[in-house]
Amino acid sequence: MLDLRLYILQRVTALIMAPLVLGHIAVMIVAVRGGLSAEEILSRTQGSLLWAGFYGTFVLAASVHAAIGLRVVVFEYAKLKGLALSLFTWAVFLALLFMGTRAVFAVTAP
Amino acid sequence: MPTDSSFLDVDVWRSGAESFQNFQVPARDSQTVLDVVTWIQQHADPTLSYRFACRVGMCGSCAMMVNGKPRWTCRTHVKKVAKRGRIEIAPLRNLQVIKDLATDMSDFFDKWVAAEGVFHPTKTREDEIEAIRPDTPERISADAAVECINCGVCYAACDVVAANPAYLGPAALNRAWSLVNDLRDGALAERLEAVSHDGGCHNCHSHQSCAAYCPNSLNPTASIAGLKRETVKAAFRRGR
Repeated sequence: MLDLRLYILQRVTALIMAPLVLGHIAVMIVAVRGGLSAEEILSRTQGSLLWAGFYGTFVLAASVHAAIGLRVVVFEYAKLKGLALSLFTWAVFLALLFMGTRAVFAVTAP
Repeated sequence: MPTDSSFLDVDVWRSGAESFQNFQVPARDSQTVLDVVTWIQQHADPTLSYRFACRVGMCGSCAMMVNGKPRWTCRTHVKKVAKRGRIEIAPLRNLQVIKDLATDMSDFFDKWVAAEGVFHPTKTREDEIEAIRPDTPERISADAAVECINCGVCYAACDVVAANPAYLGPAALNRAWSLVNDLRDGALAERLEAVSHDGGCHNCHSHQSCAAYCPNSLNPTASIAGLKRETVKAAFRRGR
């Protein structure tokens, strides 16, 4: 059910997400402490390749990581198998990727 | 229905009725759970089926669920597990029941073979005996995993086996890990491949029930973590 390829994908995406989460929390604390408004934040993120890359990478890693994790949960608890399980995994991945990319685009598009 | 302290109130699983049957068993000093089951068969109901052989914790035949937990019954003292003089005895979890307390261990042992738990020698009987140093990291890892008595307690304790019947289970993977560390073995690549399939080591959630219940205090979770590490390393080496 969880083979070597999926296992590696999930561990590698966890490794990618860990520093990005810390970076996100650090930036949030810095931004709030300074009393930045939404306009001020957007003025820094819109058109920024750095922030698009930062959150784009996070969205991609989170989509892969969560899809594999939920795949295990529905297999073990809902007994979903075979094609249905693959379709579920891909659907979760694509849904998270779509929603996340939309959010990143909204904040970083020039 | 507890009577007096000179008797134990024992519920035993009966496969014919698909329910527990109550027996009042005389309490004795230094009494093991296997003693209780044997007393029932010899004095109360000779049709009760169960499995045992050595009675001293070596053969791994007598494991059962005792008050919901997997235990080697020959080395489990009644005074350690009885709750107000009550004991519930059932066949091992995660295995098909043959009759009463005897389970079919075929799946369990088939998975040892599927996990390449077989030694693949690299020398013949004509070669010199290979000297193995006991203090190498590989030998220390192999020694830590090698004392398994195949009792099936870890297999019954494992929630991943319960959720995923294809999962090879802690004992088979622990055996595979002891062979991965055996310098005399010549099938490392095949073994790492064998434990990387759908039911392989990567399905382990590291709950550590296997380590908690292993009667020989082995740590199959650590062995499985070792397999995960080595399979990933091998995959990256192949990818280079």
